Amino acid sequence: MSALTLNDIGHAFLGRTVLDRVTLDIGEGELVALVGPSGCGKSTLLHIAAGLVEPRHGRINRTYVRHAVVFQEPRLLPWATARKNIGMALPERLSVRDRHDRILSAAAAAALEGEDLDKYPVQLSGGMKQRTAIARALASEADFLFFDEPFTALDPALRRHMQDIVIGHVGSGKRGGLFITHDMAEAVRIAHRVVALDRRGNGISGKRHISLMPGERDERMVFETVQHFMKQDPLFRHVEELDERRAG
Amino acid sequence: MPSLSERASRTGQFLWSGWSGLAGLSVFAAFWQVAHEAYGSFILPSPLETLAAAWALLGEASAWQLLLTTSSRALSGFALAGVIGTMTGCLAGFHPAILRLVQPQITLMLGVPPIAWIVLLMIWFGTGSATVTTTAAVACLPIVFLGAAEGIASRDRLLDDMALSLGMGRVRRLVRITVPQMLNRLFPILVMALGTAFKAAVMAELLANAGGIGEALAVSRSNLDVANALAWILLSVSALLAVEYGLIQPTRSELEAWRHAARPWGVKR
Repeated sequence: MSALTLNDIGHAFLGRTVLDRVTLDIGEGELVALVGPSGCGKSTLLHIAAGLVEPRHGRINRTYVRHAVVFQEPRLLPWATARKNIGMALPERLSVRDRHDRILSAAAAAALEGEDLDKYPVQLSGGMKQRTAIARALASEADFLFFDEPFTALDPALRRHMQDIVIGHVGSGKRGGLFITHDMAEAVRIAHRVVALDRRGNGISGKRHISLMPGERDERMVFETVQHFMKQDPLFRHVEELDERRAG
Repeated sequence: MPSLSERASRTGQFLWSGWSGLAGLSVFAAFWQVAHEAYGSFILPSPLETLAAAWALLGEASAWQLLLTTSSRALSGFALAGVIGTMTGCLAGFHPAILRLVQPQITLMLGVPPIAWIVLLMIWFGTGSATVTTTAAVACLPIVFLGAAEGIASRDRLLDDMALSLGMGRVRRLVRITVPQMLNRLFPILVMALGTAFKAAVMAELLANAGGIGEALAVSRSNLDVANALAWILLSVSALLAVEYGLIQPTRSELEAWRHAARPWGVKR
């Protein structure tokens, strides 16, 4: 049973085709990492899948109830405290008590402390802002999460911490998810399956299952898998290349 | 909502900042005193004389009546421009085509000298409250319109996408995401517009002989009573300050607590 099915998706900006014949299937409780060189249309594909952009053609089939997106930037409301930012994902009809409890549990899931909840985004560090954004996505009780390169701007130690939060709350039969990244180590660490988008947006060029469950893999295994992918697997040859269309 | 203690501390800081305002005014009064000593009482009465004259005026019920008349005219003009300007400004902010059509008219409105408006309005409405109120409204309408239009047009569309991805409906997005951003832009402009409305109202009263502070100023001028004229100016500025610090600034600080949080300590107090 799949949670999200993208069927023959195509899109163009001002007549220039950016995506063509993309078909992707994500199962329930499965976390799929989508990799590809920058500029290949990964973000556009995610925006289409999340319903923020209308595709030019193709069909999207969603069997989950709600989804939420964690964007590259935290996208918090500057005039609202962290608590209110998380709370805005909750339905309006909740009682004050329920609202409070759900905000607290979402914040705890994203490793945010209670005292930070009453701060405004300007008073939070970059990592805390992004954690607030994750808490907001978790609070919405979405059963499918989209991640659009959310940890690119964070330093390595913080990034690993955030990846652990994702591993703990997405996938493993809980929620399904689509995670976009161009960091192979990140993809190998958190996903059940890594899918590569063609460097010209011309469909999915291939996929690789990764053994063990996310969270059970040790550093050595992640490192060796990444080395293997980057050095010997032709599928990932272009992942770290620069944007070819813009350069050419 | 911010907690009670937070609000109390903000109110305390707001009142405490009155001292710095008073210090600034004292510097101004010092320069005034110097000029007074150089030119004499006839040209420029001293600050103390002016204060005494203003105090004497406040003792009369009729002076209060005049102040109230001018304030209510300026405020209704301001409110009129605020409502119309904000609504049309929002509309134009959402539709760039409308903004492009309206922009030349705003330039036109800004370009017509206020005095010309007064002449026209006197012909249309006679010399009464309507002329004064409309002059005040016409004077501040363009800036309110531009502020609201800017506020909508420069909104952060990424936040809109974020709200859409959470499944928020159109109305909820407007109220929770777009309007607060517009208000952030609009508030400083409303403060400016309020001052403009008071100035325009007094001027219209003076030229149209329509009662209020303006007419009192005209009377002082014909009597060559400089102390009285200055006292009236002082009172009209005080009325403006009372409205601004009693109404606009508290609303603003309520809506912009986050901006306060962003300020470095030395700027806060």
